Amino acid sequence: MANIPVSGSRRRAEPVEASEAWRSFRFAAWLGWQITSNWTDPLLFAIYSVIRPVARAAILVIMYGVITGNNFTDPLFPYIFLGNAFYTYVFSIMNGVSWAVIDDREHYKTLKYMYIAPIRIPAYLLGRGVAGFLTASLSVVITILAGVLFLHVTFDPLHADWLLFSLTMVIGVVMLALMGLVLGAISLLIVRHSGFIAESVSGVLFLFSGAIYPLDVLPIWLQPVGYAMPITYWLELVRRSLIGDVAQAFTTLARFTNLELLGILVGLSAVFGVASIFTFRVCDRRARERGLIDRTTNY
Amino acid sequence: MTPFAIETETLSRIYKMRGSKKEKEIRKELVALDNVNLNVERGELFGLLGPNGAGKTTLIKVLTTLLAPSTGKARVAGFDVVEEARKVRPLINMVSGGESSGYGLLTVRENLWMFSQFYGVPSKVAYQRIDELLKRVGIFDRRHTKSSDLSTGLRQKMNIVRGFMTNPDVLFLDEPTLGLDVGASREVRGLIREWLDEDKARTLLLTTHYMVEADELCDRVAIINQGRVLACDTPLALKQRLQKDAIFEVETTPLNGLKAQTIEDLPEVRNATATEHDGGATLELILVEEGALGGVINVLNQKNVRIMKLNKREPTLEDVFVDLVGKSMADVEQAGSNE
Ligand SMILES: Nc1ncnc2c1ncn2[C@@H]1O[C@H](COP(=O)(O)OP(=O)(O)O)[C@@H](O)[C@H]1O
Ligand SMILES: [Mg+2]
Repeated sequence: MANIPVSGSRRRAEPVEASEAWRSFRFAAWLGWQITSNWTDPLLFAIYSVIRPVARAAILVIMYGVITGNNFTDPLFPYIFLGNAFYTYVFSIMNGVSWAVIDDREHYKTLKYMYIAPIRIPAYLLGRGVAGFLTASLSVVITILAGVLFLHVTFDPLHADWLLFSLTMVIGVVMLALMGLVLGAISLLIVRHSGFIAESVSGVLFLFSGAIYPLDVLPIWLQPVGYAMPITYWLELVRRSLIGDVAQAFTTLARFTNLELLGILVGLSAVFGVASIFTFRVCDRRARERGLIDRTTNY
Repeated sequence: MTPFAIETETLSRIYKMRGSKKEKEIRKELVALDNVNLNVERGELFGLLGPNGAGKTTLIKVLTTLLAPSTGKARVAGFDVVEEARKVRPLINMVSGGESSGYGLLTVRENLWMFSQFYGVPSKVAYQRIDELLKRVGIFDRRHTKSSDLSTGLRQKMNIVRGFMTNPDVLFLDEPTLGLDVGASREVRGLIREWLDEDKARTLLLTTHYMVEADELCDRVAIINQGRVLACDTPLALKQRLQKDAIFEVETTPLNGLKAQTIEDLPEVRNATATEHDGGATLELILVEEGALGGVINVLNQKNVRIMKLNKREPTLEDVFVDLVGKSMADVEQAGSNE
């Protein structure tokens, strides 16, 4: 069976591309960036990706200052500040990946043409998320810069563990992208009202991620949710890699070494990753069965 | 290797529709494809002709791996569309007419280039093909226009180029000329014919509800209604089925309550349809033989309906449809939209 020629009698003009997944990802990333950077108004772009996150960080700092009586030397302060800044990735990446389903189906009406093309849809969706990663990175860098310059944040780049940081970021980004894939898969099945799915989910997860308060603050029966989420460990590792001692002084996850945290992050990410690919397959098959791939709100 | 580019075997598709929350138990089922058996040979230009709602788009969706069949099997370019979907996809492409898809923020050329990259066509080859095809459909001068700035018709042309550009073994065109003006439709039909003649291994399946398009363009036509293929043959052979019959178009004064059914019940009248309009009516009659006309004239006389004009004509595919279904395509669509 395996030896039957693939394309029948005619020789194909195109050489068989080495990796279907890679080209899906690559050109989806190109497309995603075209869409994201297509701000007809640069001012709008500035507001969205710069002013908004900085304003949010400033509000947080002011609130912190009021509550603690301007105690900016407490390790809680950089903990909150960095947690909040890096959480930007959670929404941006998940939304970048999952929104592509809705945008292509409802707005551009191209989802069916993507589906019949020889591409890998998961790789395509992940590629569409790249632009979200890039804009989030811009926001995070600017937020931290603003924090150091104007908002009492102390951060010494020479003391940061950049190796750990890079490793954490790579794992974290992959993990968030795969979580975005789950939302994309669910969006395939929900024809209407799925526009805010990434916003709602990242909003809810914010409560359990220990981004701006330690998990011990949560009611005891809610804490396991936080401990089960890879985002929690990812944020902790980001903080530790950037402001080592200060973050480690913090009690919640203090009993774990960096290596242990990394192990937990990798393990949980792998579990979530496998689950998300499985979920995608199931939703994808159901969408085909129910005829939802090109279903716009007409029906 | 089978000689067939497309094969379907007892292919059916049922849409399950969930009613509102109240009537949860009453699940409506709609049979969009009913036991379809079709074989399309390599090199054929095959047409699916049927009214709106006949199931044409549903069949194309199944064949292009977008929609799972409920029962039965389908193979395209030698591969099963469900089990071997990933082997089918590099060999096919599809274009739906009557919609404007595409990334509005990209130019015509960027849109097309991007899709070619998803098919792994080297950029240089892709640009050559894109420019050539854009010239052939007459929008080469708009290649650097953002596609959002194109009219619906021009966007459709861009979309048609997207279909041809990847040089598929089997190309599916779902109502390619829907919404295009007369000139643009002619250009697209010209392109379709030329593209097939260029390479005998290419196969093209198109759907249409324009009789003339099916008749003039297609090598073979399947007539489809309510999910069933009623006949499948060359346009000529389909029409020859009615060759012995006599087909008359009769303009009359108002029918005064006379029903088409009354005429159809006459001996040797195979089919009669009536459309009333201001100041009169048009009867379309398919008679087993010309002699039956006498009986029709008698009935008309009894109701005081006068014949204004009587015209015998060659059978068209519309007549074939009427003969098979008992109603014109327009009447079927009318009935469907009233449900
Ligand atoms: N996703 C869907 N859900 C439910 N019914 C559908 C869906 N798509 C099509 N139908 C119904 O199936 C029938 C066939 O539709 P379609 O294949 O689009 O016909 P055509 O293309 O010949 O106009 C129609 O009655 C249509 O209303
Ligand atoms: Mg249709």
